[in-house]
Amino acid sequence: MPDPLLTTPLHTEHVRLGGRMVPFAGWEMPIQFGGGILAEARAVRSGAGLFDVSHMARLRVSGGDARALLDWTHTADIGEAMPAGRARYGLFCNERGGIIDDGIVYRLGETDFLAVANAANAAKVRAWLERWRAERFPAASLDDLTVHVAMIALQGPRAMEMVAAATESAPPPRPFRLAEMQVGGVPAWVARTGYTGEDGVEMMPRAEDAAALWRMFAEAGSEPCGLGARDVLRLEAGLLLHGSDMDESVNPIEAGLERFVHLGSDFCGAEVVRRAAEQGAQRRLTGFKTRQRGAVPRAHSPLLADGERVGEATSGGYSPTLDTTIGLGYLPARFGAPGAPIQVDVRGKLIEAETVALPFYTRSRSN
Amino acid sequence: MEAPDDRKYSKEHEWVVSQDDGTALVGISDFAQNQLGDVVFVELPKVGAALAQFDQMGEIESVKAVSDLYTPVGGEVLEVNADVVAKPELVNEDPYGKGWLIKVRLDNAADLDNLMDATQYAALTA
Repeated sequence: MPDPLLTTPLHTEHVRLGGRMVPFAGWEMPIQFGGGILAEARAVRSGAGLFDVSHMARLRVSGGDARALLDWTHTADIGEAMPAGRARYGLFCNERGGIIDDGIVYRLGETDFLAVANAANAAKVRAWLERWRAERFPAASLDDLTVHVAMIALQGPRAMEMVAAATESAPPPRPFRLAEMQVGGVPAWVARTGYTGEDGVEMMPRAEDAAALWRMFAEAGSEPCGLGARDVLRLEAGLLLHGSDMDESVNPIEAGLERFVHLGSDFCGAEVVRRAAEQGAQRRLTGFKTRQRGAVPRAHSPLLADGERVGEATSGGYSPTLDTTIGLGYLPARFGAPGAPIQVDVRGKLIEAETVALPFYTRSRSN
Repeated sequence: MEAPDDRKYSKEHEWVVSQDDGTALVGISDFAQNQLGDVVFVELPKVGAALAQFDQMGEIESVKAVSDLYTPVGGEVLEVNADVVAKPELVNEDPYGKGWLIKVRLDNAADLDNLMDATQYAALTA
């Protein structure tokens, strides 16, 4: 019998709001609410959307070896110079430079860190950190906070005014920073991070305070959003999904993530990644868009050029913001320049497309 | 889910409503559009195509997935709804009206006897 699905502290809220609940990486999560995926995605681009991301793993790493353990297992610069209150995105790589997972590491204090991993990779990342802790960094300790601390993202051009109204005591943190503060009357870690391409926060209250915080922001006019909208928004923003756009068979250079790799650090997989960075990748994760609306490219749709198969899509979907279909896929390096004509084979239909620079969508910073 | 009683329904969640001139309009049910979610692409048969009852007649694609469309009645395709091809969201907004898919000349009125009425269909989708 399969294991029963895990539920987040917001499960009751989702059901009450008419969330369509689906299994996702061992959790029962809303894929959408009543208005539908595209309406939710548009609400995030024009106002504010509220997401339950409590299914993601929150691992606290603390103790004398905590910094060294994370600097070894994560590609970002988790060095002495990273101040408390900072957040850094990067990859967890294996010895061959393959990507085990991606995630943000937050520095909570001198010897206190929080690593957030994808739900689908939670056990793998936990085991990976535990392995290196035991082998090389015994003065670090690992504490899985996933079920004790919830995670709620509020994203969109109106998100920060809503957060500011709920945090009278102190201003919300600046981008890629985290603060421990009162929000809506409950204590939480508030991080200025997200996965939508919009400004906003990811708030981590205690599990028992999560429903009150969720309700407060829902009542303040943000749109409850499910995993469907989250996927549409992250693809438009050119943000990769582990398991689709990257996995242990590709390195960060091939995935186009070199800016999240601190090549000067001695991290696991560094030699392979450094070599790839010097030599350049044979294949690169490349964005494409179709020339007109039509059948939607999906993961594994073959990509062709001049009738020859040159790669396959890893993600694809309709973009409500651009009103066309977009996708990501690994292509030989010669397709790196935008505007290269390709075709996407969608169930036997050849759809005309062209490569484009990532991200597909960049928010306007004037507001 | 709404299922108006002026038409018949298939197990595949298409509806057909016959008109006085021997033609019939075909679409998908409110239940089907709700299950699919936001429709982003519809592929319909060519005008003039001859379809037998329950033939695959096209594809409908939502944000999440793609599904085949089956015609609930046989006949020649007289018209396809160009508005739906250009604005697939009409299927979500008005599945029994502006979101119709094709118009056919009914080959055999007895095809309708192989379909469910609104009450039966409502029971199927309850």
